[in-house]
Amino acid sequence: MPGEIEKFLYHEAHLLDAQRLEEWLELFTEDATYWVPLEQGQSDPLETSSIIHDDRTLLELRVKQARHPRAHARRPMARTVHQVGNVRLLEESEGELRVASTLVLVEFRAERQRVWGGLVEHRLRSAGATYRIAHKRIDLVSSEGELDGIAILF
Amino acid sequence: MGAFDRERLAMLVQPDRVHRSVYADPAIFELEMARIFGRAWLVLGHASQVREAGDYFTTRMGREPVIVVRHEDGSVRVLVNRCAHRGSTVCAEGRGNIERFVCPYHGWSYDRGGQLRAMPFESGYDAGKPRDLGLRPVPRVAVYRGFIFASLAGSGPSLEDFLGPARASFDDLVDRAPEGELEVAGGVFKHVYNGNWKLTLENHLDGAHPAWVHASSVAVARGAPDPGPPGAEHYFDIAVRQMRQNGAPDAVWEAIGVWTTPFGHGYLGDYHNDDRLVAGLGNPVFAEYHRALAAKLGEAEAKRILGVTLWNTIIYPNCSFMSQFRQLRIVHPLAVDRSVVYTYSFRMKQAPPQMFRDTVAFANVVNGTASWVLTDDLEVYERVQRGFSSGAVEWLNIGRGHGRDVDEANGTRRGGSGTSEVYIRAQMRAWLDYMTAGA
Repeated sequence: MPGEIEKFLYHEAHLLDAQRLEEWLELFTEDATYWVPLEQGQSDPLETSSIIHDDRTLLELRVKQARHPRAHARRPMARTVHQVGNVRLLEESEGELRVASTLVLVEFRAERQRVWGGLVEHRLRSAGATYRIAHKRIDLVSSEGELDGIAILF
Repeated sequence: MGAFDRERLAMLVQPDRVHRSVYADPAIFELEMARIFGRAWLVLGHASQVREAGDYFTTRMGREPVIVVRHEDGSVRVLVNRCAHRGSTVCAEGRGNIERFVCPYHGWSYDRGGQLRAMPFESGYDAGKPRDLGLRPVPRVAVYRGFIFASLAGSGPSLEDFLGPARASFDDLVDRAPEGELEVAGGVFKHVYNGNWKLTLENHLDGAHPAWVHASSVAVARGAPDPGPPGAEHYFDIAVRQMRQNGAPDAVWEAIGVWTTPFGHGYLGDYHNDDRLVAGLGNPVFAEYHRALAAKLGEAEAKRILGVTLWNTIIYPNCSFMSQFRQLRIVHPLAVDRSVVYTYSFRMKQAPPQMFRDTVAFANVVNGTASWVLTDDLEVYERVQRGFSSGAVEWLNIGRGHGRDVDEANGTRRGGSGTSEVYIRAQMRAWLDYMTAGA
């Protein structure tokens, strides 16, 4: 059986696949950051552009946009499968866990299926019997490539 | 190709309507690659990308793979990235510094001017025979205020004549940098869409689309927390401000100035002044930047520079840029119904560092591949392209403001109002000129 960390990551992935975006957003702490770097090995989100670099306020705007009736690129929302694997605990300190995992994501919308691969890092804080996400970083293997518009969450 | 003579092409582009085949016919696309992208001056990049001898980057001119390289004589050379022997690209995609371009197939090597310098098994050729082979240099290369242009045609208008009054937009972009020092920095977004290349150029001066295409991002930004007061800004302020701005009242869009120039260029103005962005809000970083500019040039000149209200500018047929947040986009056609746009940010080297962080935040919200804003533009381009597949409806309309355009000095023409489609009509006139020249 998976451990507590795996269970939490699977739950997060399930909320995205079930399009329960508001519940997914609640997994993040108020000071959380959500980061999809543009460049390989990118160290700084302020001096170099990012595919996504959101504080909690901006992340909430993504969830709200997905629900707007005239969100042309998001209605209907893409159907997805987020496959989480290779979960590894990297570090445990000061109430935070640093966890690495891999993501294989299949997306389908408008007669087009796309596959994404990403190396993921979470910083998790204990919250009672579960965790909350203080930081999530997704390094897409294709981040520097020529990409069609992205209207999903990783 | 003989089917597309002057008369037939002229039938497709009329004063207030365009035939769908201009966007959807692969044969017309092939002709565009030869006659527009094979003739016009194209923006390739910026001198800061090739500072030192041997610095290079690869790009495309239309579909032509090219290398832009700094020669040891200081000039910028543009070479077709194709080995004279068997046709392989000699240089992998990307950028770097190089002494010789060595073909991966049989090891032919070329210098920075494209001249063949060495080859294995040379004895297989008559003495001296292959030495006249080389990487084909692109015949015309010119630089305007640091921006590198090239043309695949051996003759045509000079770069200065080609840019004409649109030079003012490049001047604005460069003048704003203390000492004129700009550099490409902060990463390159490359976004693709299943639509014709012209759709991007027709969108960037279109004040009638934001309220509709961007309705969802306008709505969520209006519901977001308000930007912070001077000195207490939030990270999210730039994104929220920009998204809200797309929801400006119709009267604002109507009041914007929209001009066109010969060769199909166009620009917006009289709207996007710094007071609407940061300066008027008392932003201390902008005040520091203003002081830096004034220290170099004097207060009067600094005020003049910051008082220029040019906004989005299109350089037909492959470039769009704006100076306030220093963004530049280059459009590369891939097929009649597929295009890729590369977006660049510029750092003003001697401005406060926070100004570049604002540029990066702006690029993310406006040009980012997952942006709240851009993704809806891309979706609409694709829907337009699908609409073009209809044979039942032949024409699309470019008639808003037609008959109310006003001719001004130096060949410029101003739309009767800010939402006039005068810029599309100008692009289509240029399209027809390129397509029928010599036909």
